[in-house]
Amino acid sequence: MAKGVKPRVKVPKSASAGETITIKCLISHKMESGQRKDGDGKVIPRSIINRFTADFNGENVIDVTLEPAISTNPYFQFDSVVPESGEFKFTWYDDDGSVYDTRKKIAVS
Amino acid sequence: MILENNMTLTRRKVLVFGGSALAVGSLAGAPAFASLTDNAIAEMTGGAEIGEGAITLSAPEIAENGNTVPISIDAPGAAAITLFADGNPVPAVATFNFGPLSASRSASTRIRLAGTQNVVALAKMEDGSFQRASTNVKVTIGGCGG
Repeated sequence: MAKGVKPRVKVPKSASAGETITIKCLISHKMESGQRKDGDGKVIPRSIINRFTADFNGENVIDVTLEPAISTNPYFQFDSVVPESGEFKFTWYDDDGSVYDTRKKIAVS
Repeated sequence: MILENNMTLTRRKVLVFGGSALAVGSLAGAPAFASLTDNAIAEMTGGAEIGEGAITLSAPEIAENGNTVPISIDAPGAAAITLFADGNPVPAVATFNFGPLSASRSASTRIRLAGTQNVVALAKMEDGSFQRASTNVKVTIGGCGG
């Protein structure tokens, strides 16, 4: 597991039914591209997050495939419809096999 | 006198030859990168015609730091959007697949750019057609950490 990986997500606490909300997601991760070299001229092996998904009550909102050209601490902003109260689940998949996830509840009136 | 003339000619010839070789070399370098992106796009579309206009790609005109360049894409009616950077060692940047709950088929992220280059967005619409948009970004400091 890469060190110091911490997901941070911003979701409104409440919304009205069928409303479009904006979600901002950031995860601290080095996103080592596999292009850089260390002091001895050796290539530093690639270590990135290669997939990010956001689901609401089990239904998919967005599914992103990441390549090494995504910056350190990958950040995504996107919109979602919220039909009912429920829970967002955000998942990040690391090259080394680890999976990081975080959940956010939203109350829909 | 004759000898001198000959010498100048030779030197000029050498210079001209050297200059043109350089020019050819740099020209050959540029399309090689572009074709990587074009190849990737052709592979995705399968040679289908690509429209323009229904997709918006926003990026800064000048990016001071190539390590984090903010990019946003917006394509109403798109099922997926793929981003390419044609001057990067690997042109693919990211693919956004929109699910049933996605509201506006738009997203923003931050990307790395190795130098001044074109950023291309290719959207696969829900009806199976393709849309593209591209924009040039001038990068002051490249983001590949050579």
